[in-house]
Amino acid sequence: MADKSDAVATREAPAPSPGTAVVPSDAVENPGFPPYRPRVSDLDPAKERANERRVAWMFWASIVGSVFAIVAYIVFPIVPGDVSTVRLNNMFLGLGITLGLFGIGFGAVHWSKSLMDGHDMTESRHPTRGSEETREKAVEVFQLGNKESGFTSRKLIRNSLIGALVVTPLPAVVLFRDLAPAGDPVARLKHTFWEKGMRLTRDPDGTPIKVSDVTLGSVFHVIPEGLNEAEDRLEEKAKAAVLLMRLKEEDLHVSPGREDWNYQGIVAYSKICTHVGCPVALYEQQTHHLLCPCHQSQFDITREAAVIFGPAKRPLPQLPISVDAEGYLVAQSDFHEPVGPSFWERSL
Amino acid sequence: MTVEATKTTPRNEGPRISTEDEQAVPPNAGMRFTNWAANYVDERTSISGLVRELGRKIFPDHWSFMLGEVALYSFVVILLSGTFLTFFFQASMAEVVYDGSYVPLKGLEMSAAYASTLDITFDIRGGLLMRQIHHWAALLFVASIGLHMLRVFFTGAFRKPRELNWLIGFVMFVLAMAEGFTGYSLPDDLLSGNGLRIIDGMIKGVPIVGTWLSNLIFGGEFPGTQVVGIFYSVHILLLPAILAAAIGVHLVLLVVNKHTQFAGPGRTEGNVVGVPIMPVFAAKAGGFFFIIFGVLALTASLVTINPIWAYGPYDPSPVSAGTQPDWYIGFADGALRLVPPGLEFELWGFTVSLNILLPIAVLGIFLLLVAIYPFIEGWITGDQREHHMTQRPRNAPRRTAIGAAGVTFYAALWAAAGSDLIATHFKLSIESVIHACQALLILGPIIAYVVAHRICIGLQKKDREIALHGFESARIVRLPGGEYIEVHEQLSDYERWKLIDFEDYKPLMLRPNAQGKITVRQRVRSRLSNWFFEDRIAPVTRTELEAAKHGSHH
Repeated sequence: MADKSDAVATREAPAPSPGTAVVPSDAVENPGFPPYRPRVSDLDPAKERANERRVAWMFWASIVGSVFAIVAYIVFPIVPGDVSTVRLNNMFLGLGITLGLFGIGFGAVHWSKSLMDGHDMTESRHPTRGSEETREKAVEVFQLGNKESGFTSRKLIRNSLIGALVVTPLPAVVLFRDLAPAGDPVARLKHTFWEKGMRLTRDPDGTPIKVSDVTLGSVFHVIPEGLNEAEDRLEEKAKAAVLLMRLKEEDLHVSPGREDWNYQGIVAYSKICTHVGCPVALYEQQTHHLLCPCHQSQFDITREAAVIFGPAKRPLPQLPISVDAEGYLVAQSDFHEPVGPSFWERSL
Repeated sequence: MTVEATKTTPRNEGPRISTEDEQAVPPNAGMRFTNWAANYVDERTSISGLVRELGRKIFPDHWSFMLGEVALYSFVVILLSGTFLTFFFQASMAEVVYDGSYVPLKGLEMSAAYASTLDITFDIRGGLLMRQIHHWAALLFVASIGLHMLRVFFTGAFRKPRELNWLIGFVMFVLAMAEGFTGYSLPDDLLSGNGLRIIDGMIKGVPIVGTWLSNLIFGGEFPGTQVVGIFYSVHILLLPAILAAAIGVHLVLLVVNKHTQFAGPGRTEGNVVGVPIMPVFAAKAGGFFFIIFGVLALTASLVTINPIWAYGPYDPSPVSAGTQPDWYIGFADGALRLVPPGLEFELWGFTVSLNILLPIAVLGIFLLLVAIYPFIEGWITGDQREHHMTQRPRNAPRRTAIGAAGVTFYAALWAAAGSDLIATHFKLSIESVIHACQALLILGPIIAYVVAHRICIGLQKKDREIALHGFESARIVRLPGGEYIEVHEQLSDYERWKLIDFEDYKPLMLRPNAQGKITVRQRVRSRLSNWFFEDRIAPVTRTELEAAKHGSHH
C-alpha cells in the first residue's frame, strides 16, 4: 500500500494528511495483474465466426421488430368504444418496438463481450488538484483582475454593487402575487356554500333528501342544493361536502349548545378531513366510526366526530340540520368553524 | 510490440499506446468520405483534441457501476416519451364535456387535462404505450438513483475527491422525486387530485406563510384552475433543465475524477483498470441503453400502470380505499401517518399543526443528513487524501451500520404508507399496523445498526481467516500419528489480494493543542472517531502472512 500513496502524491509539494488512517509499513505486496483468460472466440476461429453471425442475427431481429411495430400500428387500429383494441394496439406496437430495441442492445453487448478486445487496460490517475504552477497562475489571474479593476480597494462602488445585486431579484417576489386573485384567502377559507334553509342533496346528482329516506344505519354523501350549477363547483365542493348518517338517538352524545343540530338521530358532518383534507369517506356502520383512507384518522360519530385514532387533532365540524315544511333535510346555517385542514389563521 | 505486452500484464501499468501500423491500402469511397468529414469537423471545432483525451479513457467494470447508467438511460427514455406526450397533452383545467372513445366516461364534465390524457390513451395509437413507458421509466429513474446512491454510500465512493458529486447526485435525487410528483399530478384524475389535496393540506400547515402559499399555488382555493398549468411548466421546462445541467456536471466530474474501482490484483490508488471507451465501453453502454429502453417498452406493452380512466376525473368528494402514491413518495406519506396523535395546538390564537410540521421536519433532517454525510465522515476521519478504491461495505463497519439504520428508517416510513393495505391483506387491525410501524421506525434502525455492525466485523474476521489460513477443503486426512486434520486450501495471491487490500483507521487520540488546551471541538471529534473506529480488524500484514504460511505446513 506504500506505493499507492506515492502514486497519488507525486509532484505535489504538501502531502495531504491521512488523518487517522494507518499508513502501513508491513503491507502485503500487490501481486500485479493476473494472466489473461482467453475466451472461446479468442481460441477457436469457428466460435468467433459463430458469434459474429449471432450478433448479425440480433441486429436483423431488430430490423424485423421495428418493421413489425409499423405494421402493428396499421393492422391493429383503435376502434372507438372498444377497449380491447386499445390493448391489442398497445401490446403489439410495444412488442415490436421492444424487439427493435433489444436486437440492437443485446447485439451490441454481445459484440463487445465476445468479439471485441477482451483485455483489461490501465490508465494512470493524477491528483485532482491542479499543479502548483497552474494554481499560482490562477491566483495571479485573480490578483491582476483585482488590481486592474480595484475591486477590493474601491470599497464604495463594490459595496454599492453588492447592494444593488441583492435588491434586484426582489421584484420577482412581488411578481408572483397575481397567481392568486385579490383579497384575503383567510376569509374565503372560513365560509362554505351552506346557508340557512339550503337543502341537503345527494352527491353527485343533486336530488334532495327526505327525512324518510334516511333509515337507521344508512349513510349519504351530501352536497348543498345548487352546488352543481355553481361557478366554482369544485372549489365549493372541496369545502361543502358532507356525510349524513342516522344513528339511534340514544347513541349520540350531544354536547350543550348542539342539542338541536341533529334531527331524530340524523347527523351531518363535514367530509373533509381535519388533517390534510382528504375525503373521510369510509363509514363503519357497526361502530359508527369514520375512517380517512389517506392517513387513517378515525372519528367517532357517536361523540360528535371526535378523533379516536390517527394524526388528525380536531373533530369533523358538524353541520346543523333540520327539516323544511315538505319533509326535506335543510341546513340551519353554515358550519360554525372552518372545515378541512388546519391553517395558521384558522381560529383568529 | 505484441498485443499482449501492451495489455495489463504484471508490472506494466502505463497507458496502452497503440502502435500497430495500418496496412497501407488505398482508401475506398466510404473511407474517403469519413476522412473528409472528420477533417471538415476538426478544422472547425478542433474536436480531435477531445477525441484524443476521451476516446481511450478507461472505465472499470463491476455490476454495481451500472446502476447510475440505468438512471441516465431511463432519463433519456423519459425525455423521449415525454416529448411525444407534450404533443397531445393539454395542460388546462378548463371544464370540458368528454366526448372521446372511452364509453364509461362519455358526457362527463372534466378538465381538459384529464380529457386529453384520455384521448392520448384511447384515441391515439401508441399513446397509451408512450404514457406507460413514461411512467415506468419515471419509476425506474427514481429507483435506480436510489440504488446508485446506496452503492456509492456503502462502498465509500463519496470520499474525497467526490464529495461534491455526491451532493449533485443528491440534488438530482430530490429533483427526480419532484419531477415524479408534478408529472403524476398532471392528468388531474381522482387519485392525483387527492395527492394534491394532501400537498395543499401540508402547505396550509406551514406557519405564517402556509395559507398564502397555498393561495398562490392553487390560484385561490383548492383545487382552483391553475395548478396543472404551473406544474406542467415546472415538470417539462424548469426541472428537466436543471436536471440536464446537473447530469452534465455530474458526468464531467466523473471524467475529471475518473471512476472508482474495487480492489483487485494489479489495481492501485494510482491507476484505473478496465475497458476503453472506444470501442468496448461505448458498445456495452450504448447497447445497455437499448436494453433499458427495451425493458421499459416491454413492461409498458404488457403491464398497465396508472389506469387513470378507472379513477375518473378529480372530484373533491369521492376517494377510493387503499389509495397509494407512486412508490418514491411513500416515505413522505408514511411519515404523515406515523405522527403521534393530538399534535396540534393554538399559540396566541394561531394554529400550529405539529402533526404536519413534525413529519416535514423529520423528512428534512433525514434528507439533510444524507446530503452532508460525506462531509461528516471526512471530518471524523480527518483523511484528506484522495480515494479511488471503493471499499467493501464490511471494511467500513460503522458506515455500513449507519447506512443500514438509514435504510431501515426509510423502509419503516415506506411500509407505513401502505399500512391500510398491509392491514387488509394480512387481516390485521389498522391501529396495530400503525403502532408496529411506529415501533419499527424507532427500534428498527437501532437493531439494524447493531446487527449490520456485528455482521461486518464477523465478515472481516472471516476474510482475515481465509486470507491467512485458506479455506476448508472438506478433505479429511489421517496423519501417520493417527491425528485427523482437515486440509486447508490456500488462496492464490490474486484472490487473497481482494480480501486484504483495504484501509485501516485508528481512533483519534485526544491530545492538547499548541496552547496546551483540549478544545470542545477536539473532544467531540475524538469521541466520534473512537466510536467510528474502536472496533476494527486490521488488514493482514506481510509478517502475519509469512508466519501463517510456515505455521500451516503440517
